[in-house]
Amino acid sequence: MNHTVQQLLLAALVVLPLLGSAAALLPAPPGLRGRGPDQAVMRHGVTVTGVVLAAAIALAAGFDHDHPARMQAQTDIGWIPALDIRIHLGVDGVSLPLLVLTALLTFLSALYAYANRPSGPSPKAFVALLLLLESGTLASFAVLDLMLFFLAFEMVLIPMYFLINRWGGAERERAAWRFILYTLLGSVVMLLGLLLVGLKGGTFDMVALATDNGSGLSHTTQLIAALAIIAGLAVKAPMWPLHSWLPDAHTAAPTVGSVLLAGVLLKMGTYGLVRIVLPMTPDAAHTYAPYLAAFAVVGIIYGSLACLALARAGAKGDLKRLIAYSSVGHMGFVLLGIATLTPTGVNGALFANIAHGLITGLLFFLVGALKDRYGTTDLDQLSGTSGAALYGRAPRLGGLLAFGAVASLGLPGLAGFWGEMLAMFGAFDPADGLSRPAYLAYMALAAFGTLLTAAYMLIVVRRVCMGDHPIAPGTGTEAERPALADVHGHEFAAWSPLVALTVLAGLWPAALLGLTDPAVQQLLAGGTR
Amino acid sequence: MSPNASSLAASLVQSVDWLAVAPPTVAALAGLAVLVADLFLPERRKHLLGWGAIAGLALAALALLPLLDGDRSTFCLTTGAHACSYTADTFALVIQFLVLGGALVTALLSFSALDDLKLPAGEFWFLLLSSAAGAALLPAARDLATLVIALEVASLPAFALVGLRRGDRLSSEAALKFFLSSVTATAVMLLGVSFVYAATGSLHLSRIAAALTHVDPRLDTLAQAGVVLTLVGFAFKTAAVPFHFWVPDTYVGAPVPVAAYLSVVGKAVGFSGLILVTVLAFPSYADVWGPAVAVLAALTMTAGNAAALRQRPERPFSAVRLLAWSSVAQAGYLLVPIAAAGYADSGQDASRAVGSTVAYALMYAVVNLGAFAVAALVARTSPANRITDYRGLYAARPAAALALGFFLLCLAGLPPGVIGLFAKVTVFSAAVDAGLGWLAVVMALNVVVALYYYLQWTTELFRTSEPAAEPEPVPAAGAAVTRPRAVPLTVAIALTAAAGIALSGAPQLVLRFASSALL
Repeated sequence: MNHTVQQLLLAALVVLPLLGSAAALLPAPPGLRGRGPDQAVMRHGVTVTGVVLAAAIALAAGFDHDHPARMQAQTDIGWIPALDIRIHLGVDGVSLPLLVLTALLTFLSALYAYANRPSGPSPKAFVALLLLLESGTLASFAVLDLMLFFLAFEMVLIPMYFLINRWGGAERERAAWRFILYTLLGSVVMLLGLLLVGLKGGTFDMVALATDNGSGLSHTTQLIAALAIIAGLAVKAPMWPLHSWLPDAHTAAPTVGSVLLAGVLLKMGTYGLVRIVLPMTPDAAHTYAPYLAAFAVVGIIYGSLACLALARAGAKGDLKRLIAYSSVGHMGFVLLGIATLTPTGVNGALFANIAHGLITGLLFFLVGALKDRYGTTDLDQLSGTSGAALYGRAPRLGGLLAFGAVASLGLPGLAGFWGEMLAMFGAFDPADGLSRPAYLAYMALAAFGTLLTAAYMLIVVRRVCMGDHPIAPGTGTEAERPALADVHGHEFAAWSPLVALTVLAGLWPAALLGLTDPAVQQLLAGGTR
Repeated sequence: MSPNASSLAASLVQSVDWLAVAPPTVAALAGLAVLVADLFLPERRKHLLGWGAIAGLALAALALLPLLDGDRSTFCLTTGAHACSYTADTFALVIQFLVLGGALVTALLSFSALDDLKLPAGEFWFLLLSSAAGAALLPAARDLATLVIALEVASLPAFALVGLRRGDRLSSEAALKFFLSSVTATAVMLLGVSFVYAATGSLHLSRIAAALTHVDPRLDTLAQAGVVLTLVGFAFKTAAVPFHFWVPDTYVGAPVPVAAYLSVVGKAVGFSGLILVTVLAFPSYADVWGPAVAVLAALTMTAGNAAALRQRPERPFSAVRLLAWSSVAQAGYLLVPIAAAGYADSGQDASRAVGSTVAYALMYAVVNLGAFAVAALVARTSPANRITDYRGLYAARPAAALALGFFLLCLAGLPPGVIGLFAKVTVFSAAVDAGLGWLAVVMALNVVVALYYYLQWTTELFRTSEPAAEPEPVPAAGAAVTRPRAVPLTVAIALTAAAGIALSGAPQLVLRFASSALL
């Protein structure tokens, strides 16, 4: 497709949600008033995110799939000459899937929220914040300037903070505070690292810095800068032991907030590692990789054990919290893949990124639906003595939950499998100079982690989906249970794309790996064109 | 006349470049005009004085325009080495613009405060204009005597402004505190100036700089003491630790517009003085003042933020108190590039580092005035001005709440306050460039701490106000209800918000000062 069209599409991805966000605060123009201001503004959200998704798909369609390693649709205009900050946008095989994922998940969230309005203050602000969040996330995947990346990275914090703080559940204010303080502390440290790279490297341009491949930076500079940047990104990813904001934030966040937090916000951390740390400070990446891998593996085991503890009967485990902890484990695989510094591992990490976004997004939607029906996400309350028997009472919902669970545990043939397998495969044969025995141990531990994941996911399925029809005491007949609505139309619309893509990515991984692999090869070898 | 006599006359009588000195002069003359007009205007026409003052300030700001074409100097020595007492270079023009613009916004804020607090109009406008004239003179001053005089012309009316609320115990106490600590600082500074004069034999900054490179070894201690004592005086004006204790009480006691004026113009005066003295007069003592200013910066921001964190939102005047402590913390950030200038390899680098302070000060001036403007607006309906009074402001006045949220996020340095973020980035990069890594880390931690209280206030704006637990005391004769709409106040908020948004879209407007040599 025409280069200019591509450029405009990419710019529109960032600018449209921003404009839409401002427009959401204004009163609706005549002709678009709908059935009242609330409905009109929610519809506005669906329209804007829909247009953005269409633009993202058009961008992907026009993307030159023969050269995914080349930076495409580039725009490069000066913005602040004083600091040498340029508005530099571009997309390659690494960022394209994340852009589409973000646009898709936000659209589905807007659609879901349209039919199932989150309880809280005015929907106007909700839509404005949602669009602001989308703009920031898309921007962080599309920009190619370190300072703009930081700006976009920060831009998502305020909307997410307010989404949790105003539309969340119990304990929301504390959770929102924790979320924002943790991530801000991380990002300010990251800013120092980015500044160091930019000032010593002579430019903030990510393409130029990646092409230099760290040649302009002394070893000490690289070590200090990479430590600061990794610390900031690790909070976001989140890497054990910097993860403790995540379970609270997820538990308190509204359904849509959880979906976007897990689906796209966490990816900004791992994307930054691949885009910034690997190519710009390669020596430091080499030094820190074994430690990063160790933390990643601890995260995998820790996340799984925490989930197992929550899934036990009588533990009063919250289902949302459980999925949040499972995210810690899954992101551990992503970090392990990156820490192998091999094309296999990094490709696996990027694949697992997308897969986690699809699957965990679906799971959070499903848990939100459970909460709407039961009024709680407490596993013990849900399952009672014998199990919630979702298969019997709402078979489609139960089936979807089981699907999400087995996809999450990495069943071959679904999206969750490839990323984690490739990450472990990368650990089996890490980059030259990394200790092979250590990585073999990491691989073994990660494999053990997948077993634990399977265990808790199956426990969840057994407790939520299966179960007897309880016998009412004394009578010997089946007790009456309130009727449970099965999957509604809007839920079906919001979830089916995720299910379809999970199956598609599982059966045809080459579609995604073909995009990322050339770009990853080039990032590891020194730079982007 | 003999040729001899005419050359003598030429050496004694110098031609004054009136255009160069126009900005402070116009402000001072406008002040006198307002004072005289006050005598002849009937009571009900007094509000005309305010518009006169605003016109004077605008005229003074317009007088900057003809000076843009290049540096001008006047009041130069006619004999010996070339040295001038007044120079209108880029640095002076930018700070003069900041000062006059700040005074203009303060004037807009003051209309409703004058009405509400029943302040004497003529005196108020005269004092404001006089102080602005002194503040506008200072950045152009190039000798220590002019500097001290300008500093005092800027400060003395400020004492009176703080204490202008007649019969208010808090107000007079604040004025007294401010006065006593300020006078002490001035005395110390004069002692330092005299030491420097004794050691170098000159008051002109450029000649002091030259003389300090080869001080008589017997006078070396004297010169060092002079340098340190001179800096102490300016550190006081900037409210740097440990000279910051007067700030909260003074801000709370003063009428809100005066607090806004002190926080922006008062600080600008201190900073420009500090920059002139350190970079122009004492560059050879950079190894003395560089580390000292760095430590001062770290202490100031930490102390300011720690105190701001401890403010309880339900305490009376907590909003102004929080702004006061936050301004102390911001002063710490402003000091960082000056410290970095002390570590610069060349005068060029030092001048560039100082540019970061100027850029940051411009950003700070816009958003801090904006925040005070909204505080002044809220103070009209809830005089106690607690942070809890801001709860649900979005529901009551959406535009004001959005503006305040924007200003606070700019001060915090979070998007959408893009300009605040990038101003901080320039300060960070000045520190990193100068090799002051530890200071950058201290500042980073402080930025995060500061985010806590700025964000907490921002959240308060959007919280739905709880059903009033204690019914508001019904104001006597419906005073709050019948108060006329404050048009100038609204204009001030709109002006600062527009400036903040414009700067966020095009940060280059102020950040270009960070990349060019100003002095």
